[in-house]
Amino acid sequence: MNSKTKMSSVFLNGVLTENPTFRLVLGMCPTMAVTTAAINGIGMGLAATFVLIGSNTVISILRKFVPDEVRIPAFVLIICTFVTMVQMLLQAFVPSLYESLGMFIPLIVVNCIILARAEAFASKNGVLASAVDGAGMGIGFTLALTLIAGIRELIGAGTIFGASVFGGGYEPMLVMILPTGGFLTLGILMGIINALAQRTEKKRIKKEA
Amino acid sequence: MNLTISTAPHIRCKDSVKMIMRDVLIALLPTTAAGIYLFGLNSALIVAVSVASAVLAEFVWQKLAKRPVRVKDLSAAVTGLIFALNLPPTAPWWMAMIGSAFAIIVVKQLFGGIGDNFLNPALAARALLLASWPARMTQFVLPTYFSGADAVSSATVLSESGLQARYLDMFLGRIPGTIGEVCKVAILIGFAYLLIRRVISWQVPVIILAVVALLSWIFGSDPLTAILSGGVMFGAVFMATDYTTSPMTAKGQIIFAVGIGVIIVLIRKFGSYPEGVTYAILFMNIVTPLIDKYVAPRLYGEVKKHA
Repeated sequence: MNSKTKMSSVFLNGVLTENPTFRLVLGMCPTMAVTTAAINGIGMGLAATFVLIGSNTVISILRKFVPDEVRIPAFVLIICTFVTMVQMLLQAFVPSLYESLGMFIPLIVVNCIILARAEAFASKNGVLASAVDGAGMGIGFTLALTLIAGIRELIGAGTIFGASVFGGGYEPMLVMILPTGGFLTLGILMGIINALAQRTEKKRIKKEA
Repeated sequence: MNLTISTAPHIRCKDSVKMIMRDVLIALLPTTAAGIYLFGLNSALIVAVSVASAVLAEFVWQKLAKRPVRVKDLSAAVTGLIFALNLPPTAPWWMAMIGSAFAIIVVKQLFGGIGDNFLNPALAARALLLASWPARMTQFVLPTYFSGADAVSSATVLSESGLQARYLDMFLGRIPGTIGEVCKVAILIGFAYLLIRRVISWQVPVIILAVVALLSWIFGSDPLTAILSGGVMFGAVFMATDYTTSPMTAKGQIIFAVGIGVIIVLIRKFGSYPEGVTYAILFMNIVTPLIDKYVAPRLYGEVKKHA
């Protein structure tokens, strides 16, 4: 079995097939809370990616030493370590992002994507595969957050990454940067993605038949 | 000989969705005409844009989703018209367009189309616009378009005669408000028509108005002003009586109507919004499945369970 194709399929699994936001529907709390501006979406996504890669790697290394009974506290401890690192790094190097994400950075500890990948993947697979899975899931999460946040910022504020798009005459549709707009955007995007997934699935079945 | 075998029911009446919707449209005519007469041509534009975009949105969606096109049942036109009457007369045309499209596509079609929406589409769209453009949605003007500058008596001191004049103004629609809600006499004509045609029953609107009047009186406001101002009457007659989003049984409808009345007064008295008809009806729309579940009539032969 050539490991290159396997790694790329592990990576793509996180980005597309099992996209944490749209397919696994995990991490909804940060998804709703920070996607009011595209830059926040990217920031949150990348911070979670860093934590995912780090925690997946370490948990995979330690998977044979951690007794089953205490694995969850052990996972959380490892995740906490990386979240603390992210928090300090953000505070030091991108203080503006640190300000706007606020308490949602420490809350990455309880982000269910990270714990889910630790439990479902890293504690059962090799180190490299776990790191790649963390990267794939993280990038998938980042892309999803940026997409949602981009749409919400565009309609709700008329800007994208802070740059005005429609000019001065545009009256922003405030509801889009309120929680309601988050739910509407997420629901409609999820519907579109499900429809696309069903279509490709049908095509695949036809091909195989 | 050609015999058809079909399942019950075998006796059909001629009522159809289209006929009911046509009756609702006819009942809305006086209100629409009064709104346009009072507020001028921009409200006519809003009504036209809103109805047209509702119908167009339904048509385009059903084409794209490859569903049977049912624009001819007039339900989209009713939604568009009711939504237009919920807008302030100063609203720009694009707001009518966005709201109508949202009502039809997101609130109605995404949940399965006619009969399956869990919220009143027109009201949900109004709530969306209220959250989106709060300043524009609450920009109410005095209806002075055709009748000159002093159409509204500015009686702030409610003397006995002043109060009566004020009632008359509120009854005839010489007060600021949304296009459809101001002219109470037109709404009552529509209500009477719907009752005569047996499209709606009197319970829901009357109970809502009675509860609002009674509770306002208990909280120390003038009960008649309470039901003649704002959107209570329009909401009670045309929006709380929507078949899809109100309970099915008579008992359920009474609970539904009392709930709306109570919430309206609570929002008016203690809420941060001056008017709460929209949110009261939307809230009770959401509660409707629960009401239906608990007041469901017993099945024939069903034995009451003993706990």
